[in-house]
Amino acid sequence: MNKLKQLFASGVALIFMSSAAQAEYGLNMPVGVTETSRQVYDLHMLILWVCVAIGVVVFGAMIYSMIYHRKSRGAVASHFHESMTAELVWTVVPFIILIVMAIPATKVLIDMHDTSEADMTVKVTGYQWKWRYEYIGEDVSFFSSLDAASNAARQVGSDIDPATVENYLLDVDHPLVLPVGKKVRILLTAADVIHAWWVPDFGWKRDAIPGFVNEAWVKVDEPGVYRGQCAELCGRDHGFMPIVVVVKSVADYEAWLAAQKGAAVAAKLAAIEDLDPRELKQKGKKVYRANCVACHMKKGEGILGVFPAITGSAVATGDINNHINMVMNGKAGTAMAGFKAQLSDVELAAVVTYQRNSLGNKVGDAVQPAAIAALR
Amino acid sequence: MTTVTDTHEDHHDHGPAKGLMRWVTTTNHKDIGTLYLIFSLIMFMVGGAMAMIIRLELFQPGLQFVDPGFFNQMTTVHALVMIFGAVMPAFVGLANWMLPIMVGGPDMALPRMNNWSFWILPFAFAMLLGTFFMDGGAPAGGWTMYPPLVLQGGNGFPFMIFAIHMMGISSVMGAINVIVTILNMRAPGMTLMKMPLFVWTWFITAYLLIAVMPVLAGAVTMLLTDRFFDTTFFNAAGGGDPVLFQHIFWFFGHPEVYILILPAFGIVSQIIPTFARKPLFGYSSMVYATSSIAFLSFIVWAHHMFTVGMPLQGELFFMYATMLIAVPTGVKVFNWISTMWKGSMTFETPMLFSIGFVIMFTIGGFSGLMLAIAPADFQYHDTYFVVAHFHYVLVTGAIYAIMASVYYWIPKWTGHMYNEKMGQWHFWISTVSVNVLFFPQHFLGLAGMPRRIPDYSVQFAEFNMWSSIGSFVFGLSQVFFCYIVYKTIKGGEKATDQVWEGAEGLEWTLPSPPPYHSFTQAPEIK
Repeated sequence: MNKLKQLFASGVALIFMSSAAQAEYGLNMPVGVTETSRQVYDLHMLILWVCVAIGVVVFGAMIYSMIYHRKSRGAVASHFHESMTAELVWTVVPFIILIVMAIPATKVLIDMHDTSEADMTVKVTGYQWKWRYEYIGEDVSFFSSLDAASNAARQVGSDIDPATVENYLLDVDHPLVLPVGKKVRILLTAADVIHAWWVPDFGWKRDAIPGFVNEAWVKVDEPGVYRGQCAELCGRDHGFMPIVVVVKSVADYEAWLAAQKGAAVAAKLAAIEDLDPRELKQKGKKVYRANCVACHMKKGEGILGVFPAITGSAVATGDINNHINMVMNGKAGTAMAGFKAQLSDVELAAVVTYQRNSLGNKVGDAVQPAAIAALR
Repeated sequence: MTTVTDTHEDHHDHGPAKGLMRWVTTTNHKDIGTLYLIFSLIMFMVGGAMAMIIRLELFQPGLQFVDPGFFNQMTTVHALVMIFGAVMPAFVGLANWMLPIMVGGPDMALPRMNNWSFWILPFAFAMLLGTFFMDGGAPAGGWTMYPPLVLQGGNGFPFMIFAIHMMGISSVMGAINVIVTILNMRAPGMTLMKMPLFVWTWFITAYLLIAVMPVLAGAVTMLLTDRFFDTTFFNAAGGGDPVLFQHIFWFFGHPEVYILILPAFGIVSQIIPTFARKPLFGYSSMVYATSSIAFLSFIVWAHHMFTVGMPLQGELFFMYATMLIAVPTGVKVFNWISTMWKGSMTFETPMLFSIGFVIMFTIGGFSGLMLAIAPADFQYHDTYFVVAHFHYVLVTGAIYAIMASVYYWIPKWTGHMYNEKMGQWHFWISTVSVNVLFFPQHFLGLAGMPRRIPDYSVQFAEFNMWSSIGSFVFGLSQVFFCYIVYKTIKGGEKATDQVWEGAEGLEWTLPSPPPYHSFTQAPEIK
């Protein structure tokens, strides 16, 4: 009941203060920040206006007829019911209009397919429900998932007002960073199910399909932050895997890339230290909440019939090596993904330890990051 | 003719059986038509209830009511129920009621198969809806059932597949019956090019059904074996291809959308001439346009998958072929308007719904043309723009035509006039609310809101709220429609044989309601 009241109140508030509450809402396709997106926008507007023009003529004729050819005005029905000329005209004229629309569309389509002479390549892999970005030839790769603030607010019954979260559902922990003015070839694939990578400001979306690699390209003209979302239904959290691309000047981009390489080396060195099981458990809780909770649920109860429970499960309470193997490599033919590539040694050790000693399980053992590192 | 009918009525063994068994064992085209129509109305309300849950959750940002997994079940089953449970059975129901009468026959050609094809449906849908109570819930991978996602489903998955098989069998049997009836049961003199357009469009639709329902059955069977028998049709790791499923599915799926709209074209082509008091303009071009649309529907399927990464040549071919569909569709719209032109129009409820159909279906056609442009589709694809598009063609298209046909023919079916004032209210409330519901979704999609998401960024809040409000009003107005239908069945002003002043065709030569066996003696065709 409370929820309904809240809903009603916010509804009323939104209607009366709509302009204040929603300073910016789009009516039209964004013009975007690439040559492609501008071409697509122009094409969109061209077809839109052609449709509007046809609509004015067609609906105009209908409305005229409805006003003047009504029985209540004493209109008497004519009996014509055939005209070869008319049929020919309204077959040929639309055909010509279509050709006029097809020519620019063909041109844009050919441009979009030209991925040659790219300055760099980024491989994008869709996971349930995050993205992985790999800078080909640079040894930099990372995962990008929904930011913590949005993630907390979007839980059912969170009581956090989405309006208070900046860029609600459109922010990530690690954005993709690209240099301005460079032609970037983007390779798309997926690890589990089909996803689609879409940033409206770039003017296209493309499916990321497991087992296949798709190609596209983007050359952004202005530095800035561009946001998008997964566009292909990919399961429970399909609505919660946004895309954020930060476009920087070439110098800033180079600096960022160097820092990423340094951070990766540091992380590798740091992983070898042993940790207190209690600390592991604490870290593990965070990892669990970010990666496992969508299927296995907050208390580890899972969802009957689709996602098994962690609580009391044979894997999480049995042989620890099986458990580690399951988390690292996943289970083929199910929605259980392998997290080997997604999580660090510390995170993997932490989440396994957490699952064995929390969520209603009390096995009492722990695994250290060094043991995970040895298994890679 | 009269003498023959009189002697016939001396035997009193040809009326309907009494009680509930009448409906179970009936082989009468009108009884089965009624069953189909009532079933379809029930499914329309069930699917509508799911739409209400979807719109309730989308009323404002944040997750207030349902879990994202359940939300996906709602969108998936809403689509399956509306397509296979509401729109298709409604058309089959109309075909059952009207085709034998319109061609001057006594009944459908294959009455026992007719009974069977109906009675499969309640079991199919009981099975589909039963998945809500199984472990893992109902299917949640979208009605398009794309693998690998759909293979992650719970115990409901195989039941969905079997339900679809049953619906397919039912549809194919219905289609066979339509074709056999049309080819064999026409009264002498009823040549093909004299058949009413509703008969023509159903004739073509029936061929589409027979051509593509087996394709769907094959596709879902491959899903079944991929999941349970270790085949890898759609799994790249085993040499398969997930996109192959999409090709097969849309080879069914695109003709399917014409299955959902061609009979609607037929209905509107019956109604507009009646209320314009003027014969249909361009009858033969209407027949050819319908046939062209049916042919083209087989070679445009991949426009549903422009973003899967087809080669350039493929994208160009499917873009051009799709754009071509605008030509015969345009011909139909122009012919309807020319039928209205210089007529003597009145605007009873069936005419209102038909005009609503022409205008709003055309809006859906425009957005369809926009979607055909492949480079622009890279932006539109899988957004609310697409949702707006197909709801304009299906709700204000197919469903508006079905509503129009119910108001048009219900006096004939029941012998009672419906309440005209209520009908008009129903039209206006529905039309205002359906536009509040779906028009803003164009903006949402263009502004970047993907479809099939349970929650959205706050910039989309306002239009979603409008859309939800529109949906609640539209939903309620359909409850009102149920009431109008109920009231008309129960009673009302006695309908004349001709019912509508400008009505022409064999159905209007029979009494209202018509006798149990429609034309026991072939009528004379002028």
